[in-house]
Amino acid sequence: MSIQSNVEVHTEWGIVSARQAGRNLAKDAGFGNVDQARIATAISELARNIYLYAEKGEIVIQYVEDTESPVSKRGIKIIAKDKGPGISNIRDVMEDGFTTSGGLGAGLPGVKRLMDEFDIHSTAGEGTEITAIKWLR
Amino acid sequence: MRIPILKLHKYLLISVQVELDDQTALQFQEDLLNKIHQEGSIGVVIDLTSVEMIDSYIAKVLGDVVEMSNLMGAKVVLTGIQPAVAITLIDMGIMLNEVPTALDLEQGLEKLQQELEG
Repeated sequence: MSIQSNVEVHTEWGIVSARQAGRNLAKDAGFGNVDQARIATAISELARNIYLYAEKGEIVIQYVEDTESPVSKRGIKIIAKDKGPGISNIRDVMEDGFTTSGGLGAGLPGVKRLMDEFDIHSTAGEGTEITAIKWLR
Repeated sequence: MRIPILKLHKYLLISVQVELDDQTALQFQEDLLNKIHQEGSIGVVIDLTSVEMIDSYIAKVLGDVVEMSNLMGAKVVLTGIQPAVAITLIDMGIMLNEVPTALDLEQGLEKLQQELEG
């Protein structure tokens, strides 16, 4: 069982490989069918954003363990990073229905709802790094 | 990769059996509209039983192809959406409100018949 998957995203196929890698890791980690779909969908959205807006970047999927909380938790962490143009209007992109690509505008707010933890760091001109975690229940 | 489109009398039947990447989804959109035009089909059933994940892009492509087909005069019913896919779509806030759906192919064909008669 591999601990981590790194998938380069610079073609549409990168989106597919990333979500397949995520689904496999989620399955191995013991996530049920529905959470596997949630994780795969979240990865697909993040990978598509990289492909659409930054052209290339990387999706890292890894197991995480939280030993600091009273009850130790295990889960899967997705890190999506790129050196693209960055997002200057984070408040807008986190709003349902906001889109600059003609899509549904469901991507990032959707990822936030699909996952348990969500964190976004972006600097205009430097790039974006989004981290999302799903905990095993 | 091309998704096969089967003709059954005035209907078209599609069972999506492949992992839907963006290009395949767009190609399918075009193929389906061309096939409707060629065959003069009045109804379409798209079966999604084997589809394990629908993200916002694929949802948009599917929603669009339903509307495009409607514009051409063909009704479309989506069938077989898996529980995990339904949950994920609603989590994402994607409703696909205007899209007729049914549990399986059989009920999808019945629904088409109803829609076309009513």
